Amino acid sequence: MRLNTTVNGEARQVDDVWEGESLLYVLRERMGLPGSKNACEQGECGSCTVYLDGVTVCACLVAAGQAEGRDVRTIEGLAGLAGGTDLDPIQQAFIDAGAVQCGFCTPGLIVAAHELLARRPDPQVAEIREALAGNLCRCTGYQQILEAVQAAARARQAGPA
Amino acid sequence: MEFLRPASWPEALAAKAEQPSAAPLAGGTDLMVELNFDRRRPEALLDLNSIGELAGWATDGDQLVLGATLPYARVIVELGDRLPGLAMAARTIGSPQIRNRASIGGNLGSASPAGDCHPVLLALNATVEVASARGSRLIGVDEFYLGPKRSALAPDELIRAVRIPAGTGPCQFAKVGTRNAMVIAVCSFAIALHPAAGSVRTGIGSAAPTPVRAADAESFLAGELASGGQWESRGELDPTVAARFGELVARAAAPIDDVRGTARYRRHALAVLARRTLTWAWQEYRTCA
Ligand SMILES: Cc1cc2nc3c(=O)[nH]c(=O)nc-3n(C[C@H](O)[C@H](O)[C@H](O)COP(=O)(O)OP(=O)(O)OC[C@H]3O[C@@H](n4cnc5c(N)ncnc54)[C@H](O)[C@@H]3O)c2cc1C
Ligand code: FES
Ligand code: FES
Repeated sequence: MRLNTTVNGEARQVDDVWEGESLLYVLRERMGLPGSKNACEQGECGSCTVYLDGVTVCACLVAAGQAEGRDVRTIEGLAGLAGGTDLDPIQQAFIDAGAVQCGFCTPGLIVAAHELLARRPDPQVAEIREALAGNLCRCTGYQQILEAVQAAARARQAGPA
Repeated sequence: MEFLRPASWPEALAAKAEQPSAAPLAGGTDLMVELNFDRRRPEALLDLNSIGELAGWATDGDQLVLGATLPYARVIVELGDRLPGLAMAARTIGSPQIRNRASIGGNLGSASPAGDCHPVLLALNATVEVASARGSRLIGVDEFYLGPKRSALAPDELIRAVRIPAGTGPCQFAKVGTRNAMVIAVCSFAIALHPAAGSVRTGIGSAAPTPVRAADAESFLAGELASGGQWESRGELDPTVAARFGELVARAAAPIDDVRGTARYRRHALAVLARRTLTWAWQEYRTCA
């Protein structure tokens, strides 16, 4: 089937999409957007987290056809959104805090954390843990990730440098 | 495979009548996993997400009517005050990303004995509104679950909504799992007190081939509360009554040993959950006078 969807602000059309495939597969294999990761394909790890009409979802559990006419935003589309510097504050904070080791979980965590900060500019640690409960990281032990989210919250409140 | 995207409820019913093997698709959090792992290859997917009315909720007399595709995230935010027990169960489901998509209709459609809505729907005496091109009918939740992942839904029927009597009394839910997120219940339990009717209803999850009520525990407790004049006095609950209630709940379960836990553990945990949730619900009843 043919799929029309807006991805990172750009209208995209792809053909020959199999009806049973996921939005994640379309993004990675048909649209050249491999930032969203495929680790479990069953909603358990969160590494495929994207925005669908402004709501965070596991792209591996969204059927491609369910994205028809909808607005998708992936990790590739976060930089520059906040204006100012190239990277979004949460992306910069992950780098600065050493919250990235192998990096496989990073795109999903960043999208989930981005959504949290948009909703709760100054989250408590418990709120951060709750918001990121669906994102698994096998490397960092999460401490640097929590620190990165807190640092990003501070950076966002201070405004663009 | 076909991808069907009906724009209205009548169109969805017509599509399902024409192709009963088409799999309804709501949040996809059960169905897409089956597709991704090649466990299921339906001839068609029937996406219900373009039907606006299914994604909302409304009041109808003294009932709350929750559309089949209403996601848990909205149950928590929009119905947390009116359906606290259901919101409690919804908060334990999956992760934020899952709760943004997963729906009550999908939980009922899957009819897994471990589905977290079921104990609450049993305790609240909900009704499942289903329809086909032949017409619509109401299925009492007591009659809905027929076996593991089997329900009273006919092949050409779709779930339209769940109807829940609102504001009947305190309702509590508790679940045992290995962490606070992303866990299928080892076992779960819900209790609802219905003071106006002088009755108690329960629901047990993940400890029998289907979600079940604990009928003996319900009548025991209702009898104790009535004979002691407790509904009126709102007096303290006798701990031995709570303990006995827990035992009777454990006895109503028919658990098995599996990777998540043993039958023995499940029975034990259910007795504890039942006693605790009763204590919370009764405390709520006493203080909400
Ligand atoms: C990571 C993860 C964690 C999870 N954690 C939990 C948990 O903690 N507790 C829990 O209970 N569940 C959990 N689940 C399971 C799942 O999220 C729930 O069962 C959810 O309610 C399914 O809803 P859905 O809208 O995603 O259903 P879908 O996957 O879209 O559909 C599920 C089934 O119901 C059918 N169906 C859907 N809508 C209708 C309708 N209107 N009429 C008739 N049939 C219909 C579908 O054909 C399919 O067979 C989890 C799933 C994942 C992936
Ligand atoms: S790949 Fe989607 S949640 Fe793991
Ligand atoms: S950095 Fe390796 S999984 Fe998180």
